[in-house]
Amino acid sequence: MKVVCSIMPKFLVFILLAVAGPGLAFAQTDCIACHGDAGMQDGAGHSVSVDAQRFHSSIHGSLECSNCHTTIKEYPHPEKVTPVACITCHADEAAGLVGSVHEDGKDHPCTSCHGDAHAIVAKSDPKSAVYPLNIPKTCGQCHGTEGMAKKHGLASVYPLYIDSIHGFALSKEGLLVAANCQTCHGSHHILRHTDPLSATYKSNIPDTCGKCHAGIATDYAEGVHGKAIAAGKKDAPVCSDCHTAHAILQPTESEFRSQSTPICGSCHKEKFSTYRDTFHSQLGSLGGYVETARCWDCHGAHEILPASDPRSPVNKANLVKTCGRCHAGANESFVQYQPHANAHNRKLNPALYYIGLFMNLLLVSVLTFFLIHTILWLIRQRLEQVKRKSTEGGNHA
Amino acid sequence: MPDLEQAIVVPAEKQRFFTRFTAAQRYMHGVLFSSFLGLAATGLPMRFSQSFWARKFASAVGGFGAIIFFHKLCALVLTVAFLIHLKNIFTRGIVNREKGIFWGPNSMVANWKDVKDLVNHMRWFVGLGKRPTFGRYAYWEKFDYWAVFWGMLIIGFSGYAMWFAPFFARFLPGWALNAVLVVHSEEGLLAILFIFSIHFVNTHLRPDTFPMDMVIFTGVESEEEFKHKRPEEFEALAKQGNLEARLGPAPATWWINFARVIGFTAILIGLTLLVLTLSAYFS
Repeated sequence: MKVVCSIMPKFLVFILLAVAGPGLAFAQTDCIACHGDAGMQDGAGHSVSVDAQRFHSSIHGSLECSNCHTTIKEYPHPEKVTPVACITCHADEAAGLVGSVHEDGKDHPCTSCHGDAHAIVAKSDPKSAVYPLNIPKTCGQCHGTEGMAKKHGLASVYPLYIDSIHGFALSKEGLLVAANCQTCHGSHHILRHTDPLSATYKSNIPDTCGKCHAGIATDYAEGVHGKAIAAGKKDAPVCSDCHTAHAILQPTESEFRSQSTPICGSCHKEKFSTYRDTFHSQLGSLGGYVETARCWDCHGAHEILPASDPRSPVNKANLVKTCGRCHAGANESFVQYQPHANAHNRKLNPALYYIGLFMNLLLVSVLTFFLIHTILWLIRQRLEQVKRKSTEGGNHA
Repeated sequence: MPDLEQAIVVPAEKQRFFTRFTAAQRYMHGVLFSSFLGLAATGLPMRFSQSFWARKFASAVGGFGAIIFFHKLCALVLTVAFLIHLKNIFTRGIVNREKGIFWGPNSMVANWKDVKDLVNHMRWFVGLGKRPTFGRYAYWEKFDYWAVFWGMLIIGFSGYAMWFAPFFARFLPGWALNAVLVVHSEEGLLAILFIFSIHFVNTHLRPDTFPMDMVIFTGVESEEEFKHKRPEEFEALAKQGNLEARLGPAPATWWINFARVIGFTAILIGLTLLVLTLSAYFS
């Protein structure tokens, strides 16, 4: 049977079963006569009842019971019955499971996702557990719980996803094209992100996201990060390094704008440190004001090019235009401003260095002098006061 | 507290009060310290934007937009106050040719006596001499004045250069736009640290005036205070026979209480900001 299934289209299998069925097995009605009772249980107390009506309208409704329950051919049933093997017909899917993260699941590998075996409907049916809009909830049964997360050392990703831009598109707008779990991870042959064949393996991520975000994937491939990844440099960021994997936010949102600069800064440490000394950062760190320039406002987000490239927005020839996007009236002198000036570097920024030094010396000397002056004064005046009190029996300022 | 009760609050029937500050000068101080507190409270979160309190404060008042709006508003108020002061000096000194504005014992301009006073005062601190006598404005008061004056020019200019950067870039070189932030924040920090520690202690919290010198609110001080703090000015007035002209009304109790609430609030805000500043600076 397995051989037949794997080489024949499924509808042929149905015809075969329908024709051969009555001779090979019980008719559905025979089984339903007993199993249609909602309270029916086996010796161990498990429910063995089947909702006849739901089963009939399910995708397997035309099959005979014994097509799946192959070891049950007579009544009374044999002592031992083998579990239903979906692989008999669904060989491709079963093959996909081999080597996947779900291969060694203790629960039935199929029904834990596809739901009640007697009520499985086509995945295009909104009632299906694997209908695009239902997938996150289905996966979230396991991947949304702390227990599961702890057990497998994974993040509880469902809550992150469902509040993300993809999650909102799916749950709020009901967009079928919104990325759900399966869009990125696949369905049966899900591999760990450490597996080079996985769709979520670092260097595969641009292609995975690019399935939908084709334009941005092209831009990314043109930029320094995309080129580095293509050249096998694993330190370069891919989509998920900046946007995160599950908690993806709308990039124009203040929350993303606020959290993004430290992400760039986690690699570009020196640039981040000098950026932090500037007004752009000081303003931006306080939140609520998202307009201040973040890294990609000047450098571009996906097609990031070296400043030496004439296409780069931070190329000298483009600075007036780039700065002018926020600073109306920016001129050639204005763009001499250094957004990454280092006041501690005498060689790179001598003017700034000496001005900073002067200001610091002024601050320290004024404060030190007056601190000493004030403390001495306080002590002296207190002594005088005490002396006056003891001699006059009172005091006046 | 007993010091103050005796010195100011309970005016004996015969106690005389002399005017030190005009109403306009007291209002100017009010505008100055309220706008300065506003500038400090909104400037510090920007200067130390990485500290936890800066972000908490910013989100509590509506984010950075609210902070910069209030900072600019206070800056405008202070600028207007500064311009009014300049105009007053100009009118008094240049137009009306009032004597003693730019030089002399009643002037704000430092002179040789201030240097001697400073040295002698410090000698007195360590027990090497007698306490010097002071005129209308002691050297530390002049320093306060000029520190604010210079600070306003420096902080004001660098602030406006950032506010209207593209305009200033028409006549400033590019690196100056980097420099103005350093200048603005360091000078601002100096002003904040100076006012909230040195000025507070020198003028208000030291034993002679503790807990607050009310003269900036009431405009008058008792004869006793006048003689003790500024014997030279008192004697000069007495010699010229001008003492009577300086007599002022005894301050009303309600006004003293009101001013005290305002003054203590200002000092409390200032000290809080000082603690936050120091915590951020050294963390």
